[in-house]
Amino acid sequence: MSEVAQATLTMTRARVLAVEKETHDTFTLTVASADPDPLPPFEPGQFSMLYVFGVGELPISISGDPGEPERQVYTIRSVGQATHTLVSQRPGNMIGVRGPFGTSWPVKAARGKDVLIVAGGIGLAPLRPVIYHVLRHRDDYVRLLVLYGARSPRDLLYRRQLAEWGRAPDTQVLVTVDYGGLSWRGHVGVVTTLFRQVRLHPSETVAFICGPEIMMRYVVRQLEARGLAPEDIYISMERNMKCGVGFCGHCQLGPYFVCKDGPVFSYRQMQPWMDTHEL
Amino acid sequence: MEHKSLEETLREHPFLEGFKPEHIRKMAEMALEVQFGRDQIIFREGQESGLFFLILSGKVALEISAPGRILRVQTLGPGEELGWSSVLGEGGKHFQARSLETVRALAFEGARLRQACEQDPSFGYALMRQLLKVVAERLQATRLQLLDLYAPRAAKLI
Amino acid sequence: MTEPAAQPSGAVWLTREGLNQLLGALRAQGYEVIGPRLGEGAIIYDRIQTIEDLPAGWTEEQEAGRYRLRRRQDDALFGYNLGPQSWKKFLHPPVLRLFSAEKNNGEFRILPPDGESPRYAFVGVRACELAAIAVQDRVLLGDQFVEPNYEARRKELFIVAVQCTRAAPTCFCSSMGTGPQVQGGADLVLTELSEGFVARAASARGAEVLAAIERRPASAEECRQAEEAVAAAAAQIVRRLDTRDLVRRLYEACESPHWDDVARRCLACTNCTMVCPTCFCTTVEDTSTVTGDRAERWRKWDSCFTESFSYIHGGSVRTSVRSRYRQWLTHKLASWVDQFDMFGCVGCGRCITWCPAGIDLTEEVKKLLAPV
Repeated sequence: MSEVAQATLTMTRARVLAVEKETHDTFTLTVASADPDPLPPFEPGQFSMLYVFGVGELPISISGDPGEPERQVYTIRSVGQATHTLVSQRPGNMIGVRGPFGTSWPVKAARGKDVLIVAGGIGLAPLRPVIYHVLRHRDDYVRLLVLYGARSPRDLLYRRQLAEWGRAPDTQVLVTVDYGGLSWRGHVGVVTTLFRQVRLHPSETVAFICGPEIMMRYVVRQLEARGLAPEDIYISMERNMKCGVGFCGHCQLGPYFVCKDGPVFSYRQMQPWMDTHEL
Repeated sequence: MEHKSLEETLREHPFLEGFKPEHIRKMAEMALEVQFGRDQIIFREGQESGLFFLILSGKVALEISAPGRILRVQTLGPGEELGWSSVLGEGGKHFQARSLETVRALAFEGARLRQACEQDPSFGYALMRQLLKVVAERLQATRLQLLDLYAPRAAKLI
Repeated sequence: MTEPAAQPSGAVWLTREGLNQLLGALRAQGYEVIGPRLGEGAIIYDRIQTIEDLPAGWTEEQEAGRYRLRRRQDDALFGYNLGPQSWKKFLHPPVLRLFSAEKNNGEFRILPPDGESPRYAFVGVRACELAAIAVQDRVLLGDQFVEPNYEARRKELFIVAVQCTRAAPTCFCSSMGTGPQVQGGADLVLTELSEGFVARAASARGAEVLAAIERRPASAEECRQAEEAVAAAAAQIVRRLDTRDLVRRLYEACESPHWDDVARRCLACTNCTMVCPTCFCTTVEDTSTVTGDRAERWRKWDSCFTESFSYIHGGSVRTSVRSRYRQWLTHKLASWVDQFDMFGCVGCGRCITWCPAGIDLTEEVKKLLAPV
């Protein structure tokens, strides 16, 4: 077996260090290698295949700080049998980790510009490493704008951090919910309504978007209408994945394999394919 | 506030983007600066309020009451519009508007706006075009909201 | 993997006994020899011992949605074209255990694989099938990652190609530029004539094996007859697929109403993907014992024609048969080119023969691209 093969298909055994309840259905797992080698470094936006013994493997975005790669963090929403098993892990349990796989948010290319993050629902998880990165290298970037939408106040991820980030220099964090009760004094409305609240410098902005596909299409339209070029807009796509390395064929989207050509694509790449039904 | 500075304020409001100077002047002549304290009801559902607002600062929530609870369907902030249906002048308000914090806004009487539109079709076109944009944006946002995108079975309503 | 020939060797003549010796020599070298034989009402690829196992005197009748074994007038050993199976069932097995693991005191451990990968010698590989192996090489070995199970089987593989001397009505290899003449990728290339074979080595390993068996230089006449036989096969090919500018034209036909027409006939049975020699998609199944202390992970062939194939939380991306047929066809003939710089179709025609509804992709492409 070649070294490449080893690296792609061999699983690192990892110990669950902490499980944190984010919302009623979403949990964050922190894991570290239980094997002699540490978990490999990752780039913001990459994902791993997480294995639960005897149950199966799932592609999950890394949501932790790329500056601390040895403790990897995964935010997982329990939507089915497999994700339920993952979020039911307890500290001390062992899981398998393959990865990191896939393309990343081009944080280097965004240097010297405004970074605009638009996230919907669990889509904030794959974008959190970008926020960590920008805050860690604050001088490399101009403004950091985070627009985040969730279904309701109880569905908001990382609430304490959102408030903290909002206090960072040259950082604007706007949070909205689709449905709010009277106790919610924040913004109500879909995430695209937040664009009325920010002033963009289109030629000096790189946008990173992650959320449900319909939401991303609407956000892209808003950004294009505000003058952002397709090559300055990046989105993260989701498809069925069994292998993570381009062999199982499940994640194909037009000419791309989401696992190895994505999950992060520039809108320039995805433009011809995104609006085609059932592609 | 002086007329001149009102004009200045209006020029900066996104609603008047692309308006000709004489149209901005006309708007300024009709504008009345208003302020609401926190948690004040600006208008109630069903009320025949004839005012259209351009928000300058602060946040307003649009609410609708259901038996036993109040649903907050949208919030509006600086640079946004409130009470667009007053410009049409047909029927009562569809939602209740509540200030969530101190709100500064410019208020316009719907009847005066309609009158100005009829007298000067060029102004009327500019105003209606912007108003249509606002309504179209609200409509699209409402549709997105209805899709309940973040629910696990989103877009699987049928 | 096949190495290039150290030096071009001249053509030799093998009698049937010579071929038998070749099978023996390959077995003696530790190869598991796989070749054509009768089985399941068709000509299939299976383990063979001697030339007695080969389908002497048999051929097949193929048309869209139709396959029948037929007797030949003669007793040719390779007088057929292609059965339902392809060599991918050996190189990229339909079911494969990826690993087993055991759990002890809350720790699990991946167990070392048991046994070595098989060492295969394929006998009777057609030109289109060599091309199909090259396609799978590109997908599973030649991109960003290397698939280790395929690699283990592939690097040991010995290939005896046998050129086609007839063509089935479903063949369109000439359109895809893959046959019927063998172009490369084999260790030995044979052409069957009535009394024996014109053979040439195409690799150093091939030359080595050839040197160990009974043979004589082939005569100019025998070489000429072999060439003519292959040319005759080429002349019999009736199906065509126009590949000019195909990628762009197919993408443009993405919303053609003709996909609905195909969808009305397509049963989404997955046959075409199972018989296709290049289709590589798989799924995995994880199992565990009742006691929960032992687990396995199995890989199985999967098909883009199933609804579950594109499942993400909330439902499948491709719920309609229309979209699944479109995925399959545009993958073969358009997006594969973007992905791997080659077509994912080699023109073997198996998907045409084995489609229970007789859907013929060459015809569908014509209709999809016909001016409206």
